[in-house]
Amino acid sequence: MSFDTRLPSIPLSRRTLLAGAASIAMLSATGAALAQTPATATVNTTGLAVSDTTVKIGILHSVTGTMAISETGSVQAEKLAIEQINASGGILGRKIEVIQEDGGSDWPTFAEKAKKLLVEDRVAAVFGCWTSASRKAVLPVFEQYNGMLYYPTFYEGLEESPNVIYTGQEATQQIIAGIDWVVKEKGAKSFYLLGSDYIWPRTSNKIARKHIEKLGLEVVGEEYYPLGHTQFNSVINKIKLKKPDVIYAIVVGGSNVAFYKQLKAAGIDMTKEKPLLLTISVTEDEVLGIGGENMVGAYAAMKYFQSLKNDNNTAFVSAFKKMWGDKIVIGDVTQAAYLGPWLWKAAVEKAGSFDIDKVRKASPGIELTTAPEGYVKIHENHHLWSKTRIGHARADGQYDVVYETKDFMEPDPFPEGYQ
Amino acid sequence: MIGDYSYSEFFSILAMQGFAGLILFSVFVLMALGLAIIFGQMGVINMAHGEFMILGAYVTYLCSVVVTDYVPFLFPVYFFVAMALAFAASFGLGVLVEWALIRHLYRRPLDTLLATWGLSLALQQLYRSVFGAREVGVTLPDWMMGSISLGDAIEIPINGLFVMGLTMIIAAAVYFIMFRSSWGKRVRAVVQNRVMAGAVGINTKQVDRMTFGLGCGIAGIAGSAFTMIGSTGPTAGQLYIVDTFLVVVFGGAGSLIGTIASAFTISQAQSTLEFFLSGSMAKVLTLLTVVGILMLRPQGLFSLNIRR
Amino acid sequence: MPTVGFLFSKKEWLYLAILAALLLIVLPASVDIFRLNLIGKYLTYAFVALGLVLLWGNGGILSLGQGIFFGLGGYCMAMFLKLEASTPEATKIQSTPGIPDFMDWNQVTALPFWWQPFHSFTFTLLAIILVPSVFAFIIGAAMFKRRVGGVYFAIITQAVAAILTILIIGQQGYTGGVNGITDLRTLLGWDIRTDSAKLILYFINAGLLIGVLLLAQAVRMSKFGRLLIAMRDREDRVRFSGYDVSNFKIFIFCLAAAISAIGGAMFTLQVGFMSPSFVGIVPSIEMVIFAAVGGRLSLFGAIYGALLVNAAKTTFSESFPELWLFAMGGLFIAVVMAFPFGLAGVVKDYVEPFVARRLPVLLGRGRAPQPQAAQ
Repeated sequence: MSFDTRLPSIPLSRRTLLAGAASIAMLSATGAALAQTPATATVNTTGLAVSDTTVKIGILHSVTGTMAISETGSVQAEKLAIEQINASGGILGRKIEVIQEDGGSDWPTFAEKAKKLLVEDRVAAVFGCWTSASRKAVLPVFEQYNGMLYYPTFYEGLEESPNVIYTGQEATQQIIAGIDWVVKEKGAKSFYLLGSDYIWPRTSNKIARKHIEKLGLEVVGEEYYPLGHTQFNSVINKIKLKKPDVIYAIVVGGSNVAFYKQLKAAGIDMTKEKPLLLTISVTEDEVLGIGGENMVGAYAAMKYFQSLKNDNNTAFVSAFKKMWGDKIVIGDVTQAAYLGPWLWKAAVEKAGSFDIDKVRKASPGIELTTAPEGYVKIHENHHLWSKTRIGHARADGQYDVVYETKDFMEPDPFPEGYQ
Repeated sequence: MIGDYSYSEFFSILAMQGFAGLILFSVFVLMALGLAIIFGQMGVINMAHGEFMILGAYVTYLCSVVVTDYVPFLFPVYFFVAMALAFAASFGLGVLVEWALIRHLYRRPLDTLLATWGLSLALQQLYRSVFGAREVGVTLPDWMMGSISLGDAIEIPINGLFVMGLTMIIAAAVYFIMFRSSWGKRVRAVVQNRVMAGAVGINTKQVDRMTFGLGCGIAGIAGSAFTMIGSTGPTAGQLYIVDTFLVVVFGGAGSLIGTIASAFTISQAQSTLEFFLSGSMAKVLTLLTVVGILMLRPQGLFSLNIRR
Repeated sequence: MPTVGFLFSKKEWLYLAILAALLLIVLPASVDIFRLNLIGKYLTYAFVALGLVLLWGNGGILSLGQGIFFGLGGYCMAMFLKLEASTPEATKIQSTPGIPDFMDWNQVTALPFWWQPFHSFTFTLLAIILVPSVFAFIIGAAMFKRRVGGVYFAIITQAVAAILTILIIGQQGYTGGVNGITDLRTLLGWDIRTDSAKLILYFINAGLLIGVLLLAQAVRMSKFGRLLIAMRDREDRVRFSGYDVSNFKIFIFCLAAAISAIGGAMFTLQVGFMSPSFVGIVPSIEMVIFAAVGGRLSLFGAIYGALLVNAAKTTFSESFPELWLFAMGGLFIAVVMAFPFGLAGVVKDYVEPFVARRLPVLLGRGRAPQPQAAQ
């Protein structure tokens, strides 16, 4: 396979980026366009919004409502990827035009906007959604109108739609490596499972429990609190009473902040690792709200950390900061969102067409050697092969990567024996 | 031995759990007091109460940033200044809102509810535009985090103690203002008979404005204090709104004592249930019990005679 | 309310004709099926708004929990559709085939007993009306018999909405949790996702809406309707005249609940899923604002209010997502402060006199005075 997924090395500030994009586009319009731009009729046989010079895509995240907190990073990453793709000549000689819609943290609105993007705007791909609920709401729309969704969040699995590429990890990838690591490296014997009360934490903990019990170890407690809950003193007391080796926490959103602050205030110093805290829900983005000093010493299992040391990531982080400001942090989902447009570009170029069916057929097997996380490859089941890493939280809100799996974890959305 | 635990473990847990209940109680009182004043004394339902709290939280955040950048040696004590400023900001916004909105709607209580809901939407978007959609982290002085150990297994969170102390001070201050000062007498006079109060020379408009401002100001202090235990984001105010309203309604409109009693009942029920059940079920059971009791006794625990 | 003719005055019959023409002819002819489906969704909110005109405008009872009934109606329908979609063949990859997918994910191994009757379409239709009505009856009886009303009632309904949301989310093995009940495909074997099905559903919805409008008007014109207004304005006098005020209130609350539930069921059919985000506080208050924008005393206003606010929401959030909340908040405040009678008030005060000057012949002399404002 030889398709160009190199990151552009031109300096990127927001303003010069736009100017640069424009000038490069002009260059390619005069030079490259003559040579390699295939005719619209051949690359678009199903009436998508593709012209001789542009292709329209949709971005569908919440910029208002409670989920805006989480989804902002994804929008930023997707826009960065698209600007970079445009600056390096676009896709099949066409510049990407973005139509952004607001899901408003409201699932029916997501469905409505998804339908609008597919039916009215005829976009060639949609990058979006964050929560499982929003994905479940748009899924029938994408299947009915045959659209392509690139979904960035780590999630519970139990799904494999031909119309979705899942660029985040599904639950087993994130969970099993993390638990194996604490058991092997830290000698953990007992676990306390804790989560916000909805499908992702519950399913994830179900997989975690099965895996822990398979290893012959013990789950001493399992508990869920409503989304937005802010009082965790009771459960912290219970944890103290049960004295688990590991607190396995999948708390999300505003509850996160409350949980970690109260954990620290209750005298549980995570740096002492008695008990050790392992989470799969706190990325650098969340630490920003929690405060690094309240998170220090915790471990997180996911596929990407901002501090990851490789050339791709260095370029990605600096481009991201140039575009969105120095203070910004990049979490796992943000990186996964960044992969979306690049994976789509690769698939379109492999297929030589924007047609959804051809892109879908071309997708499995697509590799991205320029991914900030290192390397990813699309599996037959539309999830990504990726490594899982363990991060150790520092006081400045970043994670030190202390471990990464040797092999690429195979995505397994319907795990046998974990149902 | 009791179950799996030794006696000493059991009692230390009992103590800590009791303390957790007391912290929850303090949080509830702090949340609800401002609303209870506005609702109970003025009959105005302020749906933007949560947003006034978040205003206090954002003021605290700004203080923490400014102090760290310019006068770092004041950092250990900045929180007190921040709380005062939070009160001032929320009080100011409250007075402004009363002047612009509420005073036109006193005879239409249901409409104040809608107008303040609109206000809360606008404020949320304002916070989002100014501070960004992401949560902000408020850095606290070290002495406010951590815990005090009493004996082997008992650890008392300092921020919990702080919230409890603060609640007591605020509650005492409210008691003093409402029941021991001449201004409080005027407020109560206006509540009981607006026309007569006006006739004897009380400036009822000013009393209304100050009462509303006071309620909002207390919300601001609460928001400031909650940066220690909760999150600060544009929509975080909505996390508190249901609990707050339930506490006030359960206590009975118009009764500050009722509000405190109901905060105590609900917090103890919730923290006890949380210990024996899983978190979500505890919450549902608590709420169901509260609503169940409200079905039997809709006027709440303590009430003025409502007859409509 | 003095009237000319049956149910409505002449002028109101004209308005009804305009509304019917708009919903049944103009809109279907002028917009594509995607937009028409959206309009259909807005119209399901209009059911709730109609209920609120009766309850709030005429009865003076503000409920901030109408989402409860909209949601219950919608969930009843969704349960039926989900069972139909969860045939053992369609769900054979599950550990327990034949139950809804979310139950299987949550280790529920058998269909709970209270799901069983929803295999029957007749039962479902009855449940859509009865479940919310009975629920409303329980809340209403507890509240109104003890003479709780006004702001107090509003807050308690709000609390109930919050509790129901937490319950639905918490019991995800039985309710689908925060995701709701999704991926609904067919109604009695009829694929509801096709364009032609959406067109038919739109017409059913619009027809039902006009039917409910007529029903609501009949209620308003009856003796009961007049009592309702008397009760709103001078409750004590009605009580002293020997009427049992609380029974009237309970009845109107149940009626409004049933009407909202029809909207909820139609919503499920047209949108294809139901989730707890329609049950909670926020949607309940939004539905009140639809009625308020349209004019809390006007049945026609309620429908136009629901249409306009939602259309504005869609277009505004497409063009200026960041400003949408400012606009919505401003609208709330403006309606309350400046236009307490909403669109209907604007029409009455400005449009009608204007039209009456220009077209006196068309309108005739049958101008019915509007009822007085609630205090």
